[in-house]
Amino acid sequence: MLDIFNFKEHIIPMEKWVAGAVDWLVGNYRPQFQAVKWPVEQTLNGINWVLQIVPPIIFLIILFAIAWRLSSWKVGIFGVITFLLAGYLGMWEETMTTLAMVISAVVFCVIVGIPMGIIAARSDRFVAFIRPILDAMQTTPAFVYLVPVVMLFSIGTVAGVIATIIFAMPPIIRLTNLGIRQVQSDVVEAAKSFGATPNQILWKVQFPLALPTIMAGLNQTIMMSLSMVVIAALIGAGGLGVPVFEGLNSLRVGLAFIGGLSIVLLAMVLDRITQSLGESKRIQQRDES
Amino acid sequence: MADKVVVKNLFKIFGPGPSRAFDLMDQGMGKEEIFEKTGLTVGVREADFTVKSGEIFVVMGLSGSGKSTLVRMLNRLIEPSRGEVWVNDENVTKMNAKELNEMRRHTMSMVFQSFALMPHMTVLDNACFGLDVAGMSKPQRHERAMSALEQVGLKTYAESYPQELSGGMQQRVGLARALAQDPDILLMDEAFSALDPLIRSEMQDELINLQEESDRTVIFISHDLHEAMRIGDRIAMMEGGRIVQIGTPDEILKNPADKYVQSFFRGVDPTTVFAAKDVARKSQLTLRWHKGEGYPVAALEQMRQEDRSWAYVLDRHQKFMGVVSEASLEQASERGDQNLSQALLPDVNPVPFDTPLQEILTIVRKYDFPVPVVDENNVYLGVVSKNRFLRTLEHGIDKPQTEATA
Ligand SMILES: Nc1ncnc2c1ncn2[C@@H]1O[C@H](COP(=O)(O)OP(=O)(O)O)[C@@H](O)[C@H]1O
Ligand SMILES: [Mg+2]
Repeated sequence: MLDIFNFKEHIIPMEKWVAGAVDWLVGNYRPQFQAVKWPVEQTLNGINWVLQIVPPIIFLIILFAIAWRLSSWKVGIFGVITFLLAGYLGMWEETMTTLAMVISAVVFCVIVGIPMGIIAARSDRFVAFIRPILDAMQTTPAFVYLVPVVMLFSIGTVAGVIATIIFAMPPIIRLTNLGIRQVQSDVVEAAKSFGATPNQILWKVQFPLALPTIMAGLNQTIMMSLSMVVIAALIGAGGLGVPVFEGLNSLRVGLAFIGGLSIVLLAMVLDRITQSLGESKRIQQRDES
Repeated sequence: MADKVVVKNLFKIFGPGPSRAFDLMDQGMGKEEIFEKTGLTVGVREADFTVKSGEIFVVMGLSGSGKSTLVRMLNRLIEPSRGEVWVNDENVTKMNAKELNEMRRHTMSMVFQSFALMPHMTVLDNACFGLDVAGMSKPQRHERAMSALEQVGLKTYAESYPQELSGGMQQRVGLARALAQDPDILLMDEAFSALDPLIRSEMQDELINLQEESDRTVIFISHDLHEAMRIGDRIAMMEGGRIVQIGTPDEILKNPADKYVQSFFRGVDPTTVFAAKDVARKSQLTLRWHKGEGYPVAALEQMRQEDRSWAYVLDRHQKFMGVVSEASLEQASERGDQNLSQALLPDVNPVPFDTPLQEILTIVRKYDFPVPVVDENNVYLGVVSKNRFLRTLEHGIDKPQTEATA
């Protein structure tokens, strides 16, 4: 009777089932998976190629300019020092790879996430449909995302970026939806009363007024991308996750520390630069008045 | 005058399954009962009225009486549950989305209580909004919007943002935004309710001026009797979603349809109790027919010194002779007249002291200046100004008077 609790004898052959299902999926839907993978791969390779080929001095100048424009000269200097430090720690190349992965992932998050957020803002049914999915995505540990991605896209940097895109997408969808819904209803009503079409209302009124909120979502998406890109080293993605992963595996704590430190520094720079996106010039004007 | 807006048997029921409310309304139930029974809110019921071209039509009623709902059904910001709206002989209720937008862009513009300006746009871009949406080119719409801003006196603020302006100025932008469309009809939903009393009456005067210049039709929502009397050619009184009375201000004053309408006049209706002599005040400059003041130039000098636009001419027994204005005196002195008699404004009839208040309204509205009141011997007793009159309606007569020059 107690025999049924002998787990060694009674194993659900889940592994075989799943493997079979995945084989079948990949075998029959290869073009579809390629269609997802191809643009990601092209974007990633393009950005990575540029970042690797650009001389560090040019990169630092551009970084300073962007940080200055979006935030302040202080953040610009902070960014330059941080990247210099990463370089002197021997992590320049890895930092560039990680940055390329983050940028590619974020590009796709924006391309897909903002339109989804807009649809969500216009349709309660769509929200009812995606909210549980977004909730599930947000509560799932980052690590677990790697499983289905590896099953469908195998391993490597591109697969890592795909996992990152899925992982980092929820905030931008949520905050685009929220930002548009938060726009004051009397302003929208006024636009309507002057004969604006739904599209005109969206682009002339709702979207510009939601922009600070959407930018806050972008900031979150960027930070989540960075954390995922590093974890993706587990499935063979390149970048700053690699020294951490290798260092821990081979007990080279120094190497792991350098990798970890570089990640933290990169995170701080990206956060500083993009945080200010949420506080647009218009809002500053408003506060002054 | 042509019919501009015709509303036929218009209803709005808020909530799902409005037909249940119609059945109960047929049984004669009121708004509260229907809400208790069904959870449906009667916004507007059985509205029937016509607004004539060039008229200022005021819809008045307490908060929640359905004014905003009614006015929003005219441009279908709220879809009517039943009934029809006709504008310029077109059936608005039957329009498709495109026709409706055309109408909103060219025929009817709205001004909102909360201003509802776009915070991310400059004053100029706000004023341009409707024109932009209608697809007008940038130079053209800037020109139109600038002239609208000029009309409301905000040309120099074109590049400011709404948040940088005071409430009164913001609502001027709201008005300019509507005027830029050059609409036949202005819908104003408590447009001045959020403003200070002083700015408010200034805006009311401005609206009347604008309306006189362009002969626009104005549908104005208000919960304030003072405002309604001041600007309305006709007033519709709303209660619980129903229009209980429509008429000119005097008609409504003289024959309030029911207690509700009467209650707007706070307690006793002062118009039935008081007569002209009770409200007349000697707040105006008076001139003597003879002596030095009898010369136009001297009279003009005195008016300017006291900063008055009008003066009331009396003889030495205080009998009323007539009214002169700065302009009429200037003309007289240019002609070289030696006497005030040529400077008197034509067709000024003083009001007898015992005229009931309810009959004065028409007279008060007829003149630009406060109306003179005389006793049985034609002796001047003072004047009744528009402000004074309306204040009496609202507050009664016994309040201590701190009336500034009317
Ligand atoms: N969107 C809505 N849903 C449900 N009830 C509404 C809605 N809008 C207005 N009402 C109700 O309709 C009635 C009339 O409201 P409204 O037209 O705003 O009155 P007013 O403008 O005279 O203050 C009120 O009882 C209000 O609660
Ligand atoms: Mg209202």
